Amino acid sequence: MRYLPITDSERKEMLEKIGVKSVDDLFSPLPKSVLLKKELNIPSSMSEPELEKMMDELGKENCGANMLSFLGGGCYRHFCPALVDQMISRSEFYTSYTPYQPEVSQGTLQAIFEFQTMIANLFQMDVANASMYDGATAAAEAVLMAHKIQTKRRKVLIASTINPQYLETIRTYTSFVVDTIELLEMDPATGCVAESELAKIDSDTICVLFQYPNYFGMIENLKKISALTHEAGALLIPVVTEATALGVIATPGSIDADIAVGDGQALGIPMNFGGPGVGLFTCKEKHVRKMPGRLIGETVDRNGNRCFVLTLSAREQHIKREKATSNICSNQGLMATAASIYLATMGKQGLRDVALMNLKRADYLKKKIASETACRIAFNGCNYNEFTILAPMDACELLKAFGEKGILGGIAAKKYFPELDNAVIVNTTEVHTYGELDRFVDALKEIAGGAK
Amino acid sequence: MSYPGMRDLKLREALIFERSREGRRGYSLPEEDLTGAESILPAELRRDELDLPEVSEVDVVRHYTRLSTYNFSLDLGFYPLGSCTMKYNPKVNEKLVRNPQFTELHPETPVRFAQGTLKIMYEMQRMLAEIGGFAACTLNPSAGAHGEYTGIGIIRSYFAKTGDTKRKKIIIPDSAHGTNPASCALNGFEVVVLESDEHGKVDLATLKSLLNDEVAGIMLTNPNTLGVFESDILEITKMVHEAGGLVYGDGANMNALLGVARPGDMGIDVLHYNLHKTFSTPHGGGGPGAGPVGVCQKLVEFLPNPFVVCENGVYSFKNSSDAMGRVRSFYGNMGVTLKAFIYILEYGREHLGETAKNAVLNANYIKACLKDYYHLKYKSDTLHEVVFDDSEMPNHVTTMDIAKALIDRGYHPPTVYFPLIVHGALMIEPTESESKETLDEFIEAMIDIAEKAKSDPENILNAPLSTAISRPDETLAARKPVLKWVRN
Repeated sequence: MRYLPITDSERKEMLEKIGVKSVDDLFSPLPKSVLLKKELNIPSSMSEPELEKMMDELGKENCGANMLSFLGGGCYRHFCPALVDQMISRSEFYTSYTPYQPEVSQGTLQAIFEFQTMIANLFQMDVANASMYDGATAAAEAVLMAHKIQTKRRKVLIASTINPQYLETIRTYTSFVVDTIELLEMDPATGCVAESELAKIDSDTICVLFQYPNYFGMIENLKKISALTHEAGALLIPVVTEATALGVIATPGSIDADIAVGDGQALGIPMNFGGPGVGLFTCKEKHVRKMPGRLIGETVDRNGNRCFVLTLSAREQHIKREKATSNICSNQGLMATAASIYLATMGKQGLRDVALMNLKRADYLKKKIASETACRIAFNGCNYNEFTILAPMDACELLKAFGEKGILGGIAAKKYFPELDNAVIVNTTEVHTYGELDRFVDALKEIAGGAK
Repeated sequence: MSYPGMRDLKLREALIFERSREGRRGYSLPEEDLTGAESILPAELRRDELDLPEVSEVDVVRHYTRLSTYNFSLDLGFYPLGSCTMKYNPKVNEKLVRNPQFTELHPETPVRFAQGTLKIMYEMQRMLAEIGGFAACTLNPSAGAHGEYTGIGIIRSYFAKTGDTKRKKIIIPDSAHGTNPASCALNGFEVVVLESDEHGKVDLATLKSLLNDEVAGIMLTNPNTLGVFESDILEITKMVHEAGGLVYGDGANMNALLGVARPGDMGIDVLHYNLHKTFSTPHGGGGPGAGPVGVCQKLVEFLPNPFVVCENGVYSFKNSSDAMGRVRSFYGNMGVTLKAFIYILEYGREHLGETAKNAVLNANYIKACLKDYYHLKYKSDTLHEVVFDDSEMPNHVTTMDIAKALIDRGYHPPTVYFPLIVHGALMIEPTESESKETLDEFIEAMIDIAEKAKSDPENILNAPLSTAISRPDETLAARKPVLKWVRN
């Protein structure tokens, strides 16, 4: 095996030094009955050329990877500058561990300190941490954090319009911790939380968690949710699953969010069938000691030089054990680095351009669908790069027909919202040309019929 | 001196924000007239100024390349960080997973267009279950601690289903990782600490005294964090089962057993793997990892959703109504899982066991060569790692000083001050990737440090002298937190 350098004669020398006869003797603390007596039922060893061939064949079975795609729903295909992968492919970044020894980890530490700065700026929040696993776990941990801040309150309110997978994850993490989780139901006209539902926000409310743009692509009534949440003394937790939206849309900071979370996959990270991405976690400065996850801080070395270290670790499991703010003991380091490199490369103007290109495409596609096809736009209101259409037929049938034309037409909302039989959630980003958008509309006309 | 030492080219590098110049650009997007596009949104939904750097592509490349030179990495040298299994990260894995047929696959793609990745997931669920001796395995958890959270959640769901809800306690040895108690607390369990005996192991009588009908189970790392195998494992699992509890195995140290013995055969009911330790996927400076969880037959229905199944040769997802729920979005860190898949197939059934055997050989060799120079609190036989301490160091030289002196000699330090039951612990895990000459050079450096501690303590106390920075003021960082760069 090429990854095992010890030769037979070296092994003999080493065993002599140790004072045992064979390597098997080193395993003598194991009961004999548990030592494997037969080969594992896994395939036979493969060489590099064989592995290449196998992975190539398997890759070909993923024909969805090269179809024209309008899938979103929490994972987005964006353009990513070539240099991002080139930079994170430097093995000084990807073959190092968590930066426990700051003198030999300044590369990672400075990169993540810059990540924290960029995410805090993007969200316009006081503090961002070094990242979480993904947006869903970040949202779950945000609710747990709010629960620790608001010790006397019992109710968590969650917009029913958030990504259903986030809702399920939040329930897994919190259902046995908080007394009540209530949903803020959707207004079928707007695809946003119904105004009447906001009356549920009261003095017993721990936090109000909502996503924008929401799962249907709609931008919630940010001002109103914020005002009512704060009037009730509850914590406002917006979730942003499409981070490029913040290139143009009002930020969590601008609506006075207390904790704001999201997913950074859209920032230069490939879709990879849903992971790894990077969870984003930000909050107001006054709550920082209740924050989960790693934090990098600035300090000085013995010679007074600026440098960076892991800090505020008194919150964390290796010190606090069962009293820690979370059990997380890592971050998505390399993915956070990728997101930072993306944000640095796109910069202030580039991210804004990307956001405007997304906004413009969605607007174009939406209008064209409404005027030229038998489908209608499901909800009145504002979108970013995703919106929902209502077809004159079952959504799954529609998407199946799209598939036959080599197009991934969107997500059937009924997968999670059974009452929305005919609704398809459609996403477009800057990777689409206008010609491709027209192709989508033409296909839709053929499948669902033209405008009447 | 034959160890590498440290001498290098280091260019000073400011923060990327400090490189920023108004109007400078590093991106390339298609020409498109975007004037007025923002008015698609009403003014109150638009953001104001976005403070990101304005830099050129060359600026970005120089910046991150320079930063990278401030990192010690596994590809640069020996990284004997105990409990972290810093084994070599094969390059073929990195290359093959960058195939756009995998990276450009959207997680909501209809399964018929994603059979390649689904097949790999299915095979990984099966192979990991086989390697650990389990009935099934989930790939959803994103890291070791996330795997712990999931595994303990499965135990919680099991007792909720059986109605045995007074089982609210989980026993954890005092040698365990901090994540163990934190993962239990996150699942609403109370932690009962089991004190290790004089050999650093679980004492059966102590365990017996803690077991009762309020105990949901025990969380055990085996070999434990001292590298010591709990040789009473069969009695331990039997006792816990007889008391109605379940046994959780922390797979952090699975590299000691890989292909040699299986936790499932020892009576362990749930175990998380660390693909980034045992299965060679890179640590990425802190992540992404992956923490699949294997379970015995009676816990299969409680695995988190979703799960990959195969019917008539077609792969798809399935949810279980008894599942503990969902633990993240989509299906896990598939980009990481793919690398581990390639790794397992490269070793195959013929060679997988050689990893553990070489890892254990290397660790015992280091132990044999250094035991006359560094104090060993526990004399028990060890497998894949060894824990020395600083209790016999002269001139107030501490573990921290030894760690920093190793840096000057060209090594990443071992894990320090853990496990907590060894004061001033120095936990060394060489892995199977290292050659004898690398180990010999490291041993020489360790012996040099032990000798300089006597003869020239200043050399050790002032280390490191060769790095981009000297020792940082961590107290200042915590007292006055500066967590982002602010424009003056």
